Amino acid sequence: MLLVVEQFLNGLQFGLLLFLLAAGLTLVFGIMDFVNLAHGSLYMMGAYFAATFVVWTGSFVLGCVLALGATLLLGILLEFVALRHLYGRDHLDHVLATFGLILFFNDAVRLIWGPAGLALPLPPWLTVPFQIMPGVYYPAYRLAIIVVALLVALLLYLVVMRTRIGMLIRAGASNREMIGALGINIKLLYTLVFGLGAALAGLAGLMQAPILTVQIGMGENILILAFVIIVIGGIGSIRGAFLAAIFVGMIDTLGRAFLPDLLRQILSSAAASTAAPALSSMLIYLLMAIVLVVRPEGLFPAGRR
Amino acid sequence: MRTAFWLAGATVLALANPALAGDTIKIGFVSTFSGPTAVIGNDMRNSFELALDHIGRKMGGKPVEVIYEDDGQKPDVGKQKTEKLIQSDKVDFIAGYIWSNVLLASLKPVVDSKTMMVIANAGPSQVAGELCSPYVFSTSWQNDQTPQAVGEYMNQKGVKSVFLIGPNYAAGKDMLAGVKSTFKGEVKGEEYTVWPSQLDFSAELSKARASGAASIFVFYPGAAGVQFLNQYAQAGLKAQMPLYTAFTIDELSLPLQKENALGVPGAQQWVNDLPNEQNKKFVADYRKKYTGLRPTFYGAQSYDAAQLIASAVEAVKGDTSKKDEMKAAMQKANFKSVRGAFKFGNNHIPIQNFYLQDVVKDADGSLALKTVATIVKDSQDKYHDKCPMK
Repeated sequence: MLLVVEQFLNGLQFGLLLFLLAAGLTLVFGIMDFVNLAHGSLYMMGAYFAATFVVWTGSFVLGCVLALGATLLLGILLEFVALRHLYGRDHLDHVLATFGLILFFNDAVRLIWGPAGLALPLPPWLTVPFQIMPGVYYPAYRLAIIVVALLVALLLYLVVMRTRIGMLIRAGASNREMIGALGINIKLLYTLVFGLGAALAGLAGLMQAPILTVQIGMGENILILAFVIIVIGGIGSIRGAFLAAIFVGMIDTLGRAFLPDLLRQILSSAAASTAAPALSSMLIYLLMAIVLVVRPEGLFPAGRR
Repeated sequence: MRTAFWLAGATVLALANPALAGDTIKIGFVSTFSGPTAVIGNDMRNSFELALDHIGRKMGGKPVEVIYEDDGQKPDVGKQKTEKLIQSDKVDFIAGYIWSNVLLASLKPVVDSKTMMVIANAGPSQVAGELCSPYVFSTSWQNDQTPQAVGEYMNQKGVKSVFLIGPNYAAGKDMLAGVKSTFKGEVKGEEYTVWPSQLDFSAELSKARASGAASIFVFYPGAAGVQFLNQYAQAGLKAQMPLYTAFTIDELSLPLQKENALGVPGAQQWVNDLPNEQNKKFVADYRKKYTGLRPTFYGAQSYDAAQLIASAVEAVKGDTSKKDEMKAAMQKANFKSVRGAFKFGNNHIPIQNFYLQDVVKDADGSLALKTVATIVKDSQDKYHDKCPMK
């Protein structure tokens, strides 16, 4: 029973992290109609910035805040210099250009920080396990990820639902031509949205960094999951991204945790331990396939086009 | 008409060329030079190049040409690159291979073309057993051997029970099987993770804790070893469940693992401080040539691979068409290995000692790997009986 609680928290933590990544992607894709494969690179840059700034400043929190700002600026710069010129074009052009950006960022990182990767050590107060209930210890840092991600989700909800900018963002997700026709400065809105998406990706990257290592190409695998989430959640919908990310995080973690034991009931032990990891990594894609068949627009589509 | 004549002449020359190709010794080297594990491939290349420097970049009086190919840690890519080296570069030797799954995919073209092969890391059980082949040698080990030594060490320490975690591919299965074959205590559970994409081990660590086992054994080469140690420390397991490892802590991962690796034991057939002369020269010259870097066991095995190839070419005085004579020369392991003297088994896998390595603080405060004791002497892999060698 205690194990179930712990695995549930693991799933929640992973899901919330995926949400941060997917939220930026779904905003950019839904509002700007722009396919950004380089979103994973921004995630990587967030982690590299954090690893550098934490060493410079000597403070974990301050380093992370600086890294967040740096990723936001990088996102805005990227939009201004490169991506702005691609909006009118075909999706295939977006894919090609942003794939080029992935290669560009990977090699830029190799040149600046070297090929070996970096470590982002945690301050001592975050490395102790935290007792959440009698007998259940949970890493303090993973709890911190859950808290921060929930706060960001709440903030994002308030911004999108309660402010004028948020109203424009929602309007943009439902009908881009119409808000342009109403005299809204679309260019500025796009730059802002892209910067916001970049900052969210950077936040996900820098929060993941102490758990994993900071290395070249770290954003590429996780980007696939983020795309799965926005397909399941409905493109352009923050609420959809949130729920789908939690779903995906839970299914992935609980699948990994309990599928081997379930399979051992019907298969031999050796066969079960081999089949279970393969099967549990398929579950997410299975869910996506089912959603695509039943509700091709995703579970919570942003609006009818 | 005249053009046709020249063309014919050129063709004849081109056809005659393979006979002339014997002027250089061509070696193909397949390893990972891109992606997060490229640091391992670089270490292997550095060490291979250093070995060539040490022998004057000549073998049997002929200059040596090495063609490095990147497998991207993918079996299908590794196979393509291997086929390219054999068919279009027509290499005399093929060496390298970090990953067992890449090696298994690449083995068939090598064996079919009877190309001489020296494996510098991967040691899948199949290659030691039913897939062993006369022209295939290894300067590393069979996957099970190192974890077997770890299991022995855990017995010596009186460890009662263990929880096993490893990646779900050929080497991961061999490694966990290796510990299980020697460890006398209870195995409370075993988990395989998706390789190489899964980097978060929270679910597995939670299960390990819930199992109530006295210790954890893991095999995570490359960056995954850094990630595992991070998460193991963050989960607060270091005080509760001591960790035992194989191929998880090395000179490449240690600078990233830092304090997390302190006091975590592992087994290895080579450690940088082994006291033989060749090893002292290898380690000192490596650190001189590649400033800021330290050689790893991957590099030591690649260094030995170059020496083994050189010993074969010397034996036939550069005539690489005499494959059976080269094979006979290689079986003697007649070179100064950086791990100290060793013999080849019937399956061309080394019979060698395994040492206990520990992470300690150097005199200057930096972390280093150190040999603590010899765990097993003259260990031979357990698959050699299954090798028909024909």
